[in-house]
Amino acid sequence: MKNVLAIRVNGQTRESAVADNLLLVDYLREVLHLTGTKQGCDGGECGACTVLVDGVPRLACLTLAASVAGRDVETIESLSTAGRLSDLQQAFNEKLGTQCGFCTPGMIMAAEALLRRVLDPSPEQIRTALSGNLCRCTGYTKIIESVQAAAAARRQHEGAQQ
Amino acid sequence: MNSTKFKGAGQRIPLVDGIEKVTGKARYTADLFEPGALAGRIYRSPYAHAQILRVDVSEALRLPGVVGIITGADCDKTYGILPIAQNEYPLAREKVRYFGEPVAAVAAIDDATAAAALKLIRMEVREMPAYFTAAEARAQNAVLLHENRKGNLEREVHHEFGDAAAGFAAADLVREEVFYASEVTHAHMEPHATLASYDPERDRLTVHSVTQVPYYVHLMLAQCLAMDTSRIRVIKPFVGGGFGARTETLNFEIICGLLARAVGGTVKMKLSREETFLTHRGRPESEVRMKIGIKGDGRLTACQLEMIMRGGAYGGYGVVTILYAGALLNGLYDIPAVKYDGYRVYTNTPPCGAMRGHGSVNTRYAFECLLDRMARELGLDPLDVRRKNLLRAPTETINGLKVLSYGLPECIDQVERASGWRERKASMPPGRGLGFACSHYVSGAAKPVHWTGEPHATVILKLDFDAGVTILTGAADIGQGSSTIMTQAVVEVLGIDYRRIRVVANDSAITPKDNGSYSSRVTFMCGNAAIQAAENLKLLLVKAAAKRFNVAPEQVECLGEIYRVAGDEERQIPFNEVVTEALVDSGTLTVKGTFTCPVEFQGGKHRGGAVGSTMGFSYAAIAVEVDVDQELGTVKVEKVWAAMDCGFAINPLSLEGQVQGAVWMGMAQALCEQTQYNRDGKHTAANFLEYRVPTSMDSPDIEVAIVESMDPNGPFGAKEGSEGPLSGMVAAVAIAVQNATGVTFNALPLTPDRVLDGIAGRKRPVRTRSTPKALEGVPS
Repeated sequence: MKNVLAIRVNGQTRESAVADNLLLVDYLREVLHLTGTKQGCDGGECGACTVLVDGVPRLACLTLAASVAGRDVETIESLSTAGRLSDLQQAFNEKLGTQCGFCTPGMIMAAEALLRRVLDPSPEQIRTALSGNLCRCTGYTKIIESVQAAAAARRQHEGAQQ
Repeated sequence: MNSTKFKGAGQRIPLVDGIEKVTGKARYTADLFEPGALAGRIYRSPYAHAQILRVDVSEALRLPGVVGIITGADCDKTYGILPIAQNEYPLAREKVRYFGEPVAAVAAIDDATAAAALKLIRMEVREMPAYFTAAEARAQNAVLLHENRKGNLEREVHHEFGDAAAGFAAADLVREEVFYASEVTHAHMEPHATLASYDPERDRLTVHSVTQVPYYVHLMLAQCLAMDTSRIRVIKPFVGGGFGARTETLNFEIICGLLARAVGGTVKMKLSREETFLTHRGRPESEVRMKIGIKGDGRLTACQLEMIMRGGAYGGYGVVTILYAGALLNGLYDIPAVKYDGYRVYTNTPPCGAMRGHGSVNTRYAFECLLDRMARELGLDPLDVRRKNLLRAPTETINGLKVLSYGLPECIDQVERASGWRERKASMPPGRGLGFACSHYVSGAAKPVHWTGEPHATVILKLDFDAGVTILTGAADIGQGSSTIMTQAVVEVLGIDYRRIRVVANDSAITPKDNGSYSSRVTFMCGNAAIQAAENLKLLLVKAAAKRFNVAPEQVECLGEIYRVAGDEERQIPFNEVVTEALVDSGTLTVKGTFTCPVEFQGGKHRGGAVGSTMGFSYAAIAVEVDVDQELGTVKVEKVWAAMDCGFAINPLSLEGQVQGAVWMGMAQALCEQTQYNRDGKHTAANFLEYRVPTSMDSPDIEVAIVESMDPNGPFGAKEGSEGPLSGMVAAVAIAVQNATGVTFNALPLTPDRVLDGIAGRKRPVRTRSTPKALEGVPS
């Protein structure tokens, strides 16, 4: 069964005919060609497909597209502004929080959800928030450093705005 | 434009392709969409060992939406990484030899249809006895997996350098123990995928794939499809890690090519994570009998190793792996005599292959553990024992390996200081332990697998009217940062702005052939080729500037973005003008640099002597602190101090990342990861939940100290930095757990149940299945 659903993806409402059993990851990748969201496993194992649904990290491979109708989906493609990197993207780039890059979009989205909740996370809080996102290249050390650097930049930015 | 000379070597800069990765713009194979592409799926054997009587695809072919199906009947050519051991068909013919071996492949209009078609394929077989351990496969009367390999022995190696018996006789202490290491796999985050397009009108094939060595994929496609290499084009998009898995051409890459040709179109094949596990090529289950002789003062007198590897069903890289395991006993310490007996056994399990630290890891684990125990038995500090046995570079090992730079002593000093080893080793609280070990690895095999006589690396630079330099390279960046290193090498020589440089890599129609990303060869070989190419370009630019200034080339000073007459600040022109001048005579400039490891570096003259040979060994020393929960048996690595002699860090940031990744992967092998098969030969953990890749919660801080020994032949003095620390970490963790618990463990991984059994004094049936005695008398 297919239904025409309105899903808000990265700030734009998209209307698509969506099969009942279509996974969000396939909707994003195969229908919208937003390939920044990666699929690294057979379902719920690796976190590479992490996106935000109404600001909460969700595994797009375990989420039916139909279940997010009328909700707000954010993918890695939404983070940069007019092509300029977000604080997390910049930190992951500069601190080498990315090597092969395959886990990176999911990792950054999970970190984004954390920083929206906690502006000054401890290394333990970062490790906990990213514990569902596997990385095979970095050993996580530089990922933790990247999130810390982004948090510091965000604090500074928000302090400057106040 | 900045008028200073830009620095390349030694700069801590982000990856040149980092922005694509953090924005999601990086396109990996599965991210490539081609209109009209069919979905490809593989039908895999549900039997571990069987004679194929019939593969019936007729019902599947009738399913609406199925466009084509191929079976083993469609390709009678074998493939394999080693020209001498190619005994694998892309799709099984006559026999299947492991559970999950590809048997047929479907191309359909979409993935769901292809998946449905697989369920309609029927396979009739005569099942045969299957062997999932080396001992079972080696037993008397065992059925042969391959008719030409008696005793199911793929390869045995017997080497002796120096007089081992005399060495042991001269020793004050001789110890011999058997260690066991589980099979592990790469688990790169990107699942396998290939996109193949065949143009029947022109008989041309274009393949995008997840490979570390596009050149091998090219060769194997040509071989298996019986096509001239000129009609094949291989492109490597972004690749999500490899760690050795993608060095060999893999079955699905060839199958996808065969399928595309069969349907006369484009096929996209995305393997599931389970299939990616089954494709394997990991580090084999190993039984390691290690014997070491030592003097009372800690000086090594002899070493003897017997290694038995469960190789899996096909040859793959096996011959090289079993040779590495013996050869790399040498090159780390000064050992006067080394005897090695290696056995690579065929079993009905997915083929093993190259994995980070290829061949050296389980040897190093056993050696370091045993040496540590012997040091303690003699009342010596384990670091001091290492210091007693240092090589003195330049030197040549007893098996013909050259060591020209040797930063191991500084690595040991660094780690000793950073970890507080002296002060802390004897005063650790209960359940806490420190462990220390050393390791090394090659900076590229000095003799390529496919030996053609060509240069070992070729890099081309293109410079045109736009004053932009394009690096054309076949070096495969799989996340390790080779494109970044190549860029830094070119910047260092030319001194130009980074923004002038683009890297175009891995398109066989455009870029020069490269032997690929394996054995940590790229920085060393392609780096040197890039330097030579840049120097060749600089010569042309200096000549052009000299012409403009009407002076001799020797009078021209290159300041990167500016060329001037030496000592005359009035007479200078910007880089763009130098380029314009240089193009006057020749038009677009293309220059080439090459690099070849001279023959004297290509190893000893004995059979298999090329394996282990390299122009530069990297060295690492590792200390770890672990906390063992005495009631749960869980081991937490609290902290790692790693010192790495990489010769010279062309990019210290990138080097740290490589060392951290290697150390972490060593921890994973030591503590939690294992590839096991049940009694049917089925993989018991073909997913990330059961194959326990450590999470961020399980992972320690890893502190990296860089030691720069300035190798005389390395690019700017550099050697490898990605593989060397892994094996030392495996050993250091095992030693730390022993120190924390007071219990000796001779098996990996150190899972909670194994640790608890050890603490409780319970004997586990360590999976010692094929003792040397058992091997004696078995025909080989």
